[in-house]
Amino acid sequence: MSIRDVLSPFTAWKNLFRDPVTIADPLNERPGAARYRGFHKNDMDKCIGCGTCETICQNGAIDMLPVSGVPAKLGDSGLRPRIDYGRCCWCALCVDVCMTGSLTMSNEYKWVESNPDLFRFTPGVDKKHWDNAELGYQRHAEKHLTPGERVEMPELEPAARIGSFTEIVDGYSIEQAKLEADRCVSCGLCIATCPAHMAIPDYIKAVRDGDYERGVQLLYETNPFSQVCGRVCTHRCEDSCAARHEGDPIAIRWLKRHIIDQVPQEKVLELIGKPAAPTGKKVAIIGAGPAGLTAAFDLARKGHAVTVFEAQAAAGGMTRYGIPEYRLPYDALDKDIAVITAMGVDIQYNQRVGTDIAMQQLQSDYDAVMLAIGLHQGRSTRIPGSDHPQVRKAVDLLRQITTGEKIEAPKSMVVIGGGNVAMDIARSMARLQLQQHGEIRVTLTALEDKAHFLADPVEIKESLEEQINILDSRGPQACVIDDSGKLLGLKTWKVLSIFDAERRFAPQYDESDEQIHEGEMVVEAIGQMADVSLLGNELTEKLEWNRGRIQIDSNGRTSENWLWSAGDCVKGPDVINAVADGHRVAISIDSVFTQQEAKS
Amino acid sequence: MAYQPDRSQYPQKKADGTLDIDLASGKYLKLWQGPQHPGITGNMAIELTVCGDEVVEGKTHVGYLHRGFEKLMERRTFMQCFPIVCRICVPEPDFNEYCYAAAVEELAGLEVPELAHWIRTLILEMGRINSYLMYLGGQAGAFGQGVIGQWTTYVRDLMLDRFEELTGARIYHMFIIPGGVRDNLPEGFAARMETTLQEIESTLGDVERVMFHNAVFKKRAVGVGIIAPELLDSYGITGPNARAAGVAKDVRKDQPYLVYPELDFEAVTGKDSDIYTRADVRRRDLLLSIDLIRQILVKMPKSGAVMTKLPNVLHWKIPRGETYIRGECSRGEYGYYLVTDGSGYPRRVNVRGPSYTHSIALFERLVVNANISDVAALLVSLHTYPPEIER
Repeated sequence: MSIRDVLSPFTAWKNLFRDPVTIADPLNERPGAARYRGFHKNDMDKCIGCGTCETICQNGAIDMLPVSGVPAKLGDSGLRPRIDYGRCCWCALCVDVCMTGSLTMSNEYKWVESNPDLFRFTPGVDKKHWDNAELGYQRHAEKHLTPGERVEMPELEPAARIGSFTEIVDGYSIEQAKLEADRCVSCGLCIATCPAHMAIPDYIKAVRDGDYERGVQLLYETNPFSQVCGRVCTHRCEDSCAARHEGDPIAIRWLKRHIIDQVPQEKVLELIGKPAAPTGKKVAIIGAGPAGLTAAFDLARKGHAVTVFEAQAAAGGMTRYGIPEYRLPYDALDKDIAVITAMGVDIQYNQRVGTDIAMQQLQSDYDAVMLAIGLHQGRSTRIPGSDHPQVRKAVDLLRQITTGEKIEAPKSMVVIGGGNVAMDIARSMARLQLQQHGEIRVTLTALEDKAHFLADPVEIKESLEEQINILDSRGPQACVIDDSGKLLGLKTWKVLSIFDAERRFAPQYDESDEQIHEGEMVVEAIGQMADVSLLGNELTEKLEWNRGRIQIDSNGRTSENWLWSAGDCVKGPDVINAVADGHRVAISIDSVFTQQEAKS
Repeated sequence: MAYQPDRSQYPQKKADGTLDIDLASGKYLKLWQGPQHPGITGNMAIELTVCGDEVVEGKTHVGYLHRGFEKLMERRTFMQCFPIVCRICVPEPDFNEYCYAAAVEELAGLEVPELAHWIRTLILEMGRINSYLMYLGGQAGAFGQGVIGQWTTYVRDLMLDRFEELTGARIYHMFIIPGGVRDNLPEGFAARMETTLQEIESTLGDVERVMFHNAVFKKRAVGVGIIAPELLDSYGITGPNARAAGVAKDVRKDQPYLVYPELDFEAVTGKDSDIYTRADVRRRDLLLSIDLIRQILVKMPKSGAVMTKLPNVLHWKIPRGETYIRGECSRGEYGYYLVTDGSGYPRRVNVRGPSYTHSIALFERLVVNANISDVAALLVSLHTYPPEIER
């Protein structure tokens, strides 16, 4: 201790002459820092109501609630986050996991209310003065807490696949599938989009957990065609996937296939269990495609006796006779069908209703009849020369390939059409050409320009890889035939527009831009229709029709109370819709049976 | 080590080992200091038994602040724990964020980008400065010297401004996230930080003149509350409490982490181990932190990634494992013991806050024979934060 210790404290007096540093009024304007985590904002145009913010919030401060004026639609649940500022801790994890980047924070931190209930608010809906604040916490790509890139699906290289009908897609390994499944945020937007409302987030969780048996049970709750849908589903679910906003959508289709690939067939049968005890009711189903067999599966599991009449020698309908083997191998399809027949479904092959057995017979012999005959008749362009024997329909050719009939592949050919069927036939014929002639000369002409092709982008990409010559905006005018009657090719004009002002089909051409595409064969792949001749004149007269298709109600029932119809022949356009239709019809038939039981 | 205080003139022990305190005799008095008391750091209480103005026995009562963090974390996903941990220590929350993040990263096998290590170190040193500034105000206040707290609170507020522009928040920064840190330094941060550091240095000059070269402070603090160096290991004493006893215990040096191996510094020590020495060690440690921040801002990379790619945090599972991550906070060794069982939730989290050992076992020993008027200063000199006692 020294004299300094006595005097030194008095230096504090120098502060007598300093201005106070305290801010007198706490309500003075003092903007928060540029990255301040202040009050929330939500961009209503970007928010899809996926609810990841609600999931991550460890305080339970966020509730997803319906909001007036925001309807649910494809890829948008219609729900919006309401935040309780009595619980929020401003950690901004909700901002970090937001799938669209719609949820952000302003740098505003002052909000005075006398009613505490008002501190529970829906950002973006309840207008606030900080809604347009430029500063505040934002999320940039680096901060995003869910991975954006899809695990690439291993598949055969073009050179390896073009020579045969071997399946192109290999399927995920367990490690790859887990990585891909890990990306899912379980928002469930996909469930609403899937026509069959499959429990997608749950079965993806089963992949993450490695619990494939649970996965199979979940698949079979809504879809007995997992082998098929795991390969060729149009996967609209992926269009509504929340992950697509920041990267690739989850490969939902491939994960479904992965589950079913992991479980042996006997185990699948064991997992789904035996059907219910027989009810004594009999159902006839015409057509063993996805719609008919789905209904058959559901009805058989309820104990009803189901007989399926199939005109072809094998079941599967368009999935077998329309989809090439490199996309859907027959043994995969057979596995799905084997599960269905194991439920006691009796499939009568080579039984063409209308020829081998009459509709009236079915009406009298069965308690209910379902029509699920698909679209097996190809449409014609009806251009000059289209009646030439070397002008073929794509569906007929595809059916011939499946049945194993010998097809003399032409050395050169032209396909008319830009949809998936056109790609299927072009790629199938290319394989045959390579096998028979050692080179591929297939030209595909489509009305649409490349940006508006009807085929899946992956089909177009793979077709190009397989040396298909794809020409867009070409309108077929005539099949060119020489004097000896030999088909030389197809004449096309440049398409200027396809639809008129009222969106009616009325193509306009530039006649000066004419091309002749060389081809010993021309294949029309411009659409299909149902062959309803089996109905007979009397029934055709009695039924109500809607623009060439049988009129059905929301349950798939026709105007005749004993007859239901489903699948491509009444609705379309794909396997999963057919499956969903099949379920609806099965529920409807079963409820009619239940009502009949109750009355008797 | 058995507790054997000198009780020659105080109550005899009963057969069961408890003290024979006959309150009815009028010789002893029970006094409660806390849980609401200006001389208590945070919400805890001391039950004093005094004889005249000397303390015969002191028992600590904690639990007023118990929020069950460790248990809460067992019911939250690994990412959801991240906003919770900072609340375990209010004045210096960043150590919780760092230790938790580092433990998760180790068990999940994540590599953190180098720049994130530098920013983490910067934040931890900024937090240390704030913690010491608060301490200095409290220590002086415990002796009735209010002005020091006014000065240090002002400069602490300037550092909170730096925290706000860097992390987006002033108190609970929630910035050191598993996988890295949330952002890079904002534009012009180093220059503004230098201005703040100079302001703090200037204030510390005043604090040294008014608090440390002060006859009253020395009379009250010198020779009081001595921690014998042989107690250090048996009582788990770390940080400035240990360094003031002449033992250079500093995790930054002893088990270097983050970028401390690349920084040039020596652990600050004292030798007298009393309240005054501990205060002085903290003041000099604060100056060291200022120097470390300057070194960091010069040496750190100017650009680069601050976050590593994480798996989907909504269902992030971490393989079975256990780890203990430690760091040197302003009170001593801070540690997180994390056990994972392969699920999406921590199986067990144990937080080792230095206040636990300092303010319960050690304090109960030091308070015996102390004067009542020194009790507050003694407790403050151990620099304890009750929330980290009651995780």
